[in-house]
Amino acid sequence: MQSLVGELNGILGHMEVLQQVDVGGASLDPDATHGMRMREDVPNPIALHRAREEFAPSMCDGFFLVPRLSTHGSTDSADDEGEG
Amino acid sequence: MTAPSLLARSAAEVASDTAAGRLAPHAALDASLAAMDRVDAGPGGLNAVLCSDVVGARAELAALSLTPQLLLAGIPIAVKDNIATLTMPTTCGSRILAGYVSPFEATVIARLRAAGAVIPMKTNMDEFAMGSSTENSAYGPTRHPMDHTRVPGGSSGGSAAVVAAGVTRIALGSETGGSVRQPAAFCGIVGVKPTYGRVSRHGLVAFASSLDQVGVFGTTVDDAALGMQVIAGVDPLDSTTVDVPVADYRAARDVAGAQPLSGVVVGRPVEYFPESLDPRMRALLDRAADHLRALGAEIRDVSLPHTSLAIPVYYIVAPAEASSNLARFDGVRYGVRVEGDGLRGMYEATRSQGFGAEVTRRILLGTYVLSAGYYDAYYKRAMAVRRLIADDFSKVFSSGVHVLLTPTTPTTAFVAGSRSDPYEMYMSDIFTATANLAGVPAMSQPIGRMDGLPVGGQLLASHFDEATMFRVAYALELALGAEAHT
Repeated sequence: MQSLVGELNGILGHMEVLQQVDVGGASLDPDATHGMRMREDVPNPIALHRAREEFAPSMCDGFFLVPRLSTHGSTDSADDEGEG
Repeated sequence: MTAPSLLARSAAEVASDTAAGRLAPHAALDASLAAMDRVDAGPGGLNAVLCSDVVGARAELAALSLTPQLLLAGIPIAVKDNIATLTMPTTCGSRILAGYVSPFEATVIARLRAAGAVIPMKTNMDEFAMGSSTENSAYGPTRHPMDHTRVPGGSSGGSAAVVAAGVTRIALGSETGGSVRQPAAFCGIVGVKPTYGRVSRHGLVAFASSLDQVGVFGTTVDDAALGMQVIAGVDPLDSTTVDVPVADYRAARDVAGAQPLSGVVVGRPVEYFPESLDPRMRALLDRAADHLRALGAEIRDVSLPHTSLAIPVYYIVAPAEASSNLARFDGVRYGVRVEGDGLRGMYEATRSQGFGAEVTRRILLGTYVLSAGYYDAYYKRAMAVRRLIADDFSKVFSSGVHVLLTPTTPTTAFVAGSRSDPYEMYMSDIFTATANLAGVPAMSQPIGRMDGLPVGGQLLASHFDEATMFRVAYALELALGAEAHT
């Protein structure tokens, strides 16, 4: 861990050069669109080549069931299921 | 037609012969698989191929309806293992995705297959495309085909190695900061990064979404141009693709006339030719410029003054985006899970055992530069400087310059294990990361050798002008002839 901290500090040290740059007219707002066209925010469904049931660990009523944590106690209670 | 001579012919010729029935549909695949068996496996092999699907590829070819319109009829194409395929796993070179098979396929794969190509193999890579040497793969490093003690470059080193070793004529890679051009330069082949938005990323596992692009390797300019021709174009499944018409990238393949580049202005940015550049590499670039001048191009010295800031900017922006994109690999939704104490323990165990050192380093770096106290000092400032770097390109291209000529890398392929300092490794990308930050197209092609190792020359063009870039590349390749590999 100590060597990782040293590496990261070393890398960040190289980044300091950016503090000296005169950014002048360049926008500091990373959210600025710079005149780019914005599309409609419409999702496109992805065509799956396998049914979801084939690659989900397990499913119930159309929902994924996430595998139980080994440390999560008993699997007997129906209330514990369907955490996905 | 014997197998080795097939691999010596261009992909376009072989596809044309296959489509016309002059070659058996499986002839090119057979040659490719024989070459793979010869060079890749075992202790003395390249370790460039992570997975192959011989049965699937043969079945696909047997069912192929041959028509002259199939630009890639029967052509085997190797694909980097971060591009989703249906019949082979997509591991991204990571333990955390071991055995993961995507339920959908990438648009670029669908387009290659629709053009008659087959995908017989997935290739090794730096884990999640983070690296410049293909030493960061959980499945072992890939070796340089010409010198096994050296790296092939990265992160798409497996794809570069199979093309350089003559296993396939075309391969797909991905680019975030130079991951196609740098290994292409190291291995003595052609590597192309298209304009941001030119090629669909649907099915490319995300690393840094404002930088990532699918790229193409080719043995020659024409092989790469053919591959790019097939995969380029808008895709409704990737909203970052742009509906700009795709030009004929191969229009200049039969360069005619004494001065085919008449009217083309080639800029030489002084910042890419620092004092520290090896004089032999400088001489190879000068030779390439002399050829371009003799072909009718005007060579003009230009300046991109913020070039030296590209690496600090890149290594803030890319890790920041990666820290977000890789949050999805949590042991629940994909691939490998390692049990731990409770939910948090499971997350920690899965991610600490599933990710390698470089990925861990970048996730930590990215999380840090996005954190509340440091966001303005690092991320926000990096984004402002990124704009300055992009503006440099805009100014040069709006001043009448059509393409830029630079070295692709500051060195030739280095010895494996020789770069233990992360920042020293990052500096491998110093001449390539700028194109990703600005979104412009760029490519590397062989322009000669130093100490027997390939040297790449890089061409960059303005947004969506891949056609001019290919036009210059074709002419330079023809003019260099055998000099490109000596």
